[in-house]
Amino acid sequence: MHLKVLYFAQLREKFGLAEESVHTPDSVRTVADLMQHLGARGGVWQETLDGQYACRVAMNQEMVSQHTALVEGAEVAIFRPVTGG
Amino acid sequence: MSARLSVAVQTEDFDLGHEHQQLVQQDHGIGAVVAFIGMVRDLNLADDVVALELEHYPGMTEKSLMKIVQQAESRWSLQAARVVHRVGKMYPGDQIVLVLTASAHRGDAYEANTFIMDYLKTEAPFWKKEWTPDGPRWIEARDSDDHAAARWNDQHPAPNP
Repeated sequence: MHLKVLYFAQLREKFGLAEESVHTPDSVRTVADLMQHLGARGGVWQETLDGQYACRVAMNQEMVSQHTALVEGAEVAIFRPVTGG
Repeated sequence: MSARLSVAVQTEDFDLGHEHQQLVQQDHGIGAVVAFIGMVRDLNLADDVVALELEHYPGMTEKSLMKIVQQAESRWSLQAARVVHRVGKMYPGDQIVLVLTASAHRGDAYEANTFIMDYLKTEAPFWKKEWTPDGPRWIEARDSDDHAAARWNDQHPAPNP
């Protein structure tokens, strides 16, 4: 599956990356699978996405849960809990 | 008649008087307007804050704010609502966010205004970074904000028609 993955705020700075195109194997079906897939890169990716550090995910600009199924071609954004207002 | 709802995300400051005029003009069904303005404090935790930087997710931010305002309209009887949220760099004393709610009676405008702010703080994709004399630091979300938003789930059912 092809996904456009965006990182905001703390995550963008940790990864030194705002956006990337990700091609996932068939075994990656849910948001949690994607986090694990990206975390397998090791280092700061693993530390940040292994579940100890709270992250929120939006798919096609709607908040989703870890169990949500990924959609081909989706824009997936990963970020820390929001702090506006 | 459905309520007039609008949201804006902008770097420039906003003017309460102007926004209020725009909101109420020609609508004589409005009996109450509640305005909330969030501002940049110079002290957070223990450090002096010299500036605040607001980042957001362009596209999703506007959709998310509109969804929150629409939820408020479905729960309370509103004539109009407007949210303006600034992004970019701001300084102590600057205005960050404006929420205006207008209704026939004050109860709806007060409650809808609080609901919108509580949800904005937990749902809208904004992130604050503080600049202190020691350098920049991202502000982390507070549990109290989640609790403030969650209380609307089991209280205040939608008003009777």
